[in-house]
Amino acid sequence: MTHTQKRIIINDIVMALSTLSALIGMGFLFWILSVLIINGIDALSMSIFLNEGAPPGNSDGGLKHALIGQLYLVGYASFFGIPLGVLAGTYLSEYSQKSKVAEIIRDISDIMMSAPSIVIGAFVYAVVVAPFGHFSGWAGTIALSIIMLPIILRTTDDMLQLVPSTLREAAFALGAPKYKVIVQVVYRGAKAGILTGILLGVARVAGETAPLLFTSFNDNFLNTDMSQPMASLTVTMYNYATSPYEDWQKLGWAAAFILSMFILTLNILGRVFLLKKRGKR
Amino acid sequence: MATIIEINKEKALEVKNFEFTYAGADTPSVKKLSMPVAKHNITALIGPSGCGKTTLLRSFNRMHDLYPNNKYSGEIIFKDRNILTSKEDLIKLRIQIGMIFQKPTAFPMSIFDNVAYGLKLQGIKNRTELSTRVEKALKDAAIWNEVKDRLKHDANGLSGGQQQRLCIARAVAVEPEVLLFDEPTSALDPISTAGIEELIVELRERVSIIIVTHNMQQAARVSDYTGFMYLGELVELGRTEEIFVTPKERLTEEYITGKFG
Amino acid sequence: MNIFIDKFFANTTRFIAFGILLLVAWIFTVLFEHSLESIKAFGFLFITEDKWAPNLEKFGALPAIYGSVISTFLAMILAVPLAIGVAIFLSEIAHAKLKAPVGVSIELLAAIPSVVYGMWGLFYFVPIIRDIFGGVGISMLSAGIVLSVMILPFMAAITRDAMNTTPDILKESAYALGGTKWDVVKDIIIPYAKAGIIGSFILALGRAIGETMAVTFVMGNVHKISIDLTQPATSIPVTLANEFAEADSALYYSSLFELSLLLLVVSFTIISVAKFYFLRRKRVI
Repeated sequence: MTHTQKRIIINDIVMALSTLSALIGMGFLFWILSVLIINGIDALSMSIFLNEGAPPGNSDGGLKHALIGQLYLVGYASFFGIPLGVLAGTYLSEYSQKSKVAEIIRDISDIMMSAPSIVIGAFVYAVVVAPFGHFSGWAGTIALSIIMLPIILRTTDDMLQLVPSTLREAAFALGAPKYKVIVQVVYRGAKAGILTGILLGVARVAGETAPLLFTSFNDNFLNTDMSQPMASLTVTMYNYATSPYEDWQKLGWAAAFILSMFILTLNILGRVFLLKKRGKR
Repeated sequence: MATIIEINKEKALEVKNFEFTYAGADTPSVKKLSMPVAKHNITALIGPSGCGKTTLLRSFNRMHDLYPNNKYSGEIIFKDRNILTSKEDLIKLRIQIGMIFQKPTAFPMSIFDNVAYGLKLQGIKNRTELSTRVEKALKDAAIWNEVKDRLKHDANGLSGGQQQRLCIARAVAVEPEVLLFDEPTSALDPISTAGIEELIVELRERVSIIIVTHNMQQAARVSDYTGFMYLGELVELGRTEEIFVTPKERLTEEYITGKFG
Repeated sequence: MNIFIDKFFANTTRFIAFGILLLVAWIFTVLFEHSLESIKAFGFLFITEDKWAPNLEKFGALPAIYGSVISTFLAMILAVPLAIGVAIFLSEIAHAKLKAPVGVSIELLAAIPSVVYGMWGLFYFVPIIRDIFGGVGISMLSAGIVLSVMILPFMAAITRDAMNTTPDILKESAYALGGTKWDVVKDIIIPYAKAGIIGSFILALGRAIGETMAVTFVMGNVHKISIDLTQPATSIPVTLANEFAEADSALYYSSLFELSLLLLVVSFTIISVAKFYFLRRKRVI
């Protein structure tokens, strides 16, 4: 066998192995996806949206409490996290550019984006839950905003830097003050990118469970008082799935399905916005 | 229609009725093209950008096969066979027909390993044989004196012109019969360009050369034959001095006198 | 008026940006303060002692540390070769028509919350492990495998991105010398993108070690060191997830805070190494 023949055979083997690993990887992932869809659709019904939690054995339990709790938690987290993240990103891109401090803030944010979220839960427990003596929706919201902040900050920073400086200069040349240039010209130019960052940030925190376990905790019934423990889809999913009761497990799958579809939709929307923008250029 | 010179010398390659269509394109980028390539001569391909000269060049070593769904038709005859068939051994073909790219492409390895790369692919493991052939290739590429003391250094430490000569050394090391140059000096300064041109002329002794260039003076300086391409067709192929002094086609004349392009 | 607003806007953004630094410093400080009691009580024994007995007020974190290390290690040895394979497939083998859809679905799968992976693991994967290896199925092995499935999409996506930084012209040059795809991958792409690829793995490692929900379902939270991978075990995040809301003494809390601090310091270090040593900063999206 010549050396080249040997090379070709080795190549074929490695390429087959790579394709196989892609198949294995995709196989696992589609397994998870199909499990999610089959169980989720099977468990979906109107009563899920209309009813609150019910004791095990009671088949008309629903997820209304968790859905609404989830909206409160993620809604408030976005209410705080988005403006703070966008403004901090604005500082990095528009006011400090390549300064040392800006670089440090960027690095720290990058690291925070991958840091374990359960630790943020522990921190919020120490500074919010323990002093007030009980779990609360606010605590969960604060944990989620802390997780969201670096994501929004870095995407905003990146997207603002993509806005051509000629655009800024043109606005300055008309005598506009800097804040107006930023708000009216730069933000507008980076709109799609910032929106994508926001969608991805919201999607990311919507799937968080660990930091809520001991901040917002859980509640089997509808509660809209943020100073009290509050149900979330993720924690409910965890509690129901690990329970021995079949109708609770079923509700867990419904929650998993609803949440995953929500998050996938946000991710796809985010991509579409970004693609549209790239297409225009 | 087109004026194609008869070549009575031995031919390195012969293109017959060749067409090439990129994946997803409606019309071919190279249309019904026929031309001979004389052995141990330098054939230059000139023409405005988008005329299909690089596309044609990349067909000689079937580079287009790296990307799916590109379509060839017609024939390219090399060593008495049509290399466009599906049973063509592309690895062997690419060893016999080497290529130099627009930009220097030093691999992320040492100078020595860069030149030895093609040899190693062919299974040559013997250190002394490798050393001899690397040294010879570097001498052929006129870069031996500059790098002989730092063969173990990273090739990316060399200047652009040196890297391009290293790539030429790497290509000649495997002793190809044809070398394809795809605008080899477009990323280089004038002094490095002159060096590469000189080298190309010297290499003619050993290999047949096809060079695509956007620079007409370069074609005039280095080549024996020049082909002018326009909109995917070969308008004229002739001896270089005739093409530049007494072109037969009006289109060729307009291009070389700078009326368009 | 404009000048006033201008200053106000600039200062607000600056204040918030610097707030991030303060926040991170605050997180470390708070975790450290709350760990003090446990640090005083156990010192280094905290990480070398293998007995975790809340009823006796004894807290040794070794089983959790051991579980974190082993489950992450298992996940890495399973996920790395698969991720390389997927990345090679996506960057060099897949047909152009397949590249985008497969690539995007892998990225989307990386976005599915880890709690879903955990649920799948509990209901579908644990029974298989139980059938093959006996025992309860809830085990270190299940945790390692579920964790590897969980980090695979992320790892494959960023490994592919790293490989894709290799210029086409460089790859073509190697093909032009008669290289096969594998020759080009091993001699050109991997050496060229080495730092990025290693950085991707370390970043995935940093994420895996702090991953909570995917493993909490399937690990069991048993504070016992066992060589037998089919036995239930625990890890730092699993311990935190299971015990934080139920801790009933000051020392217990403090020990959990010390675990959190340990986890934060370790993952901070790993991610920093990946970021600063191997990866130049890239766009987030």
